[in-house]
Amino acid sequence: MRYSGFRVIKEALTGHTGWRPAWRDAAPRSQYDIVIIGGGGHGLATAHYLAKEFGQARIAVLEKGWIGGGNVGRNTTIIRSNYLLDGNEPFYEFSLKLWEGLEQDLNYNAMVSQRGILNLIHSDGQRDAFTRRGNAMILNGADADMLSVAEIKKRYPFLNTGDARFPIKGGLAQHRGGTVRHDAVAWGYARSADSRGVDIIQNCEVTGFRIEGGVCKGVETTRGYIAASKVGCAVAGNSSRLMSLANMRLPIESHVLQAFVSEGLKPILPGVITFGAGHFYCSQSDKGGLVFGGDIDGYNSYAQRGNLPVVEDVCEGAMAIFPMLGRARLLRMWGGIMDMSMDGSPIIDRTHIEGLYFNGGWCYGGFKATPASGFAFAHLLATDTPHPTATAYRFDRFRTGRMIDEKGMGNQPNLH
Amino acid sequence: MIIDHPLLGPRDSSEFTYMGDAALIDRPDPEAEDAAQAFYEYAYLRDNPAGWHRELWFHEAGDRSWLVVTRNTLTHEISNVELARDVARSRGRSA
Repeated sequence: MRYSGFRVIKEALTGHTGWRPAWRDAAPRSQYDIVIIGGGGHGLATAHYLAKEFGQARIAVLEKGWIGGGNVGRNTTIIRSNYLLDGNEPFYEFSLKLWEGLEQDLNYNAMVSQRGILNLIHSDGQRDAFTRRGNAMILNGADADMLSVAEIKKRYPFLNTGDARFPIKGGLAQHRGGTVRHDAVAWGYARSADSRGVDIIQNCEVTGFRIEGGVCKGVETTRGYIAASKVGCAVAGNSSRLMSLANMRLPIESHVLQAFVSEGLKPILPGVITFGAGHFYCSQSDKGGLVFGGDIDGYNSYAQRGNLPVVEDVCEGAMAIFPMLGRARLLRMWGGIMDMSMDGSPIIDRTHIEGLYFNGGWCYGGFKATPASGFAFAHLLATDTPHPTATAYRFDRFRTGRMIDEKGMGNQPNLH
Repeated sequence: MIIDHPLLGPRDSSEFTYMGDAALIDRPDPEAEDAAQAFYEYAYLRDNPAGWHRELWFHEAGDRSWLVVTRNTLTHEISNVELARDVARSRGRSA
């Protein structure tokens, strides 16, 4: 069923009796060409692009819970491509371009809103660093704009530019950045993949890999054995747990990242703003809640909930730049589990086991990468070669010293 | 989280800096033939278990001792806290 304005009007006049489920509740078949493990944003996007762009058939997506129930529904919905390094920026800019055409591609309203993102600058040194970053973005075909304090004040008059400790001295803006309704991304990809024949199999947890002679033949699941020529893993947050079933150790620690929503407020914040002196970022949802977050808690965790010291730190960041936020009440807070890699960058690569492919290590930047991650992983699965924008995301970069360390922190995952 | 420091008693975890898996105590032998492979695994690969995890915490805002904390990554429950010095000595890592 194609969605359109005409369809909405027709259904409104006929009692909304014509809507059908957006995807089938598929039962697993005994064999597929390609099995994707993980029905989150990245797994569903991979299935969509495999079917649509790479002409693959006989694809299944296995999800242990329900699709969109993991990190794709727990993030702060921001999209942007403001990276510095050559291994990253072309990939994230490719992702942003896919976001710009996503709704037409999927025939699904994902509420892609290019309301702009602004990274605040608080010192001269930071201005130099952000100028360099902006130039790197422009060189890679992205947009970047250095804003003066006067321009920032005009756009966001409520910002505390004159703070004694962290005065705002400017900002790096990417006007094409913004936010996307995150659940709709999972649902839109699922609907599109399903309509192209992909089986989306929920409540189906992978319990093991069948590996014979160094070749992956299929996966054991709670709903029986499923044979597959190729198996792609896209379960960021739980990558180490899944890959341990294939006796692999990963350059990844799982950490908890908290996010927050305030009570609904009238429109006050037209774009996304990030604090440059601490770690705090904020946007306003269409329902009016301020959606914000900050640092990871910093210790290994699979608990999907964090602790209070980080809550305090995030709220202090908020108060430093938005003193008016002190009057708003916190409505909800939650945690998600991140694959924190050793250099802060992801992995999209083959494994040493033939037929077993890996996508993970997204740290807390996975949501914005969803379309390009799916496209690049589909490219790898279909052609056995990396997508041109994802050639640096290799497993062996840690062994060969070719790390993609945006923050220059070294192999300490809780510092990225 | 409250970490029951063996010398100082219960302290808030925010006084500590987290280092990661306590297996980092077992630094490979740089003279060994497979040293390059061993150091690659030591520096970059982690078990990252869901469940009980022995890990290094540094009491940065306290007595600056290193601790080995046994903590459940699914519940954040802490079952045991030892001085890393004692753990390292028991593994022949220092005099």
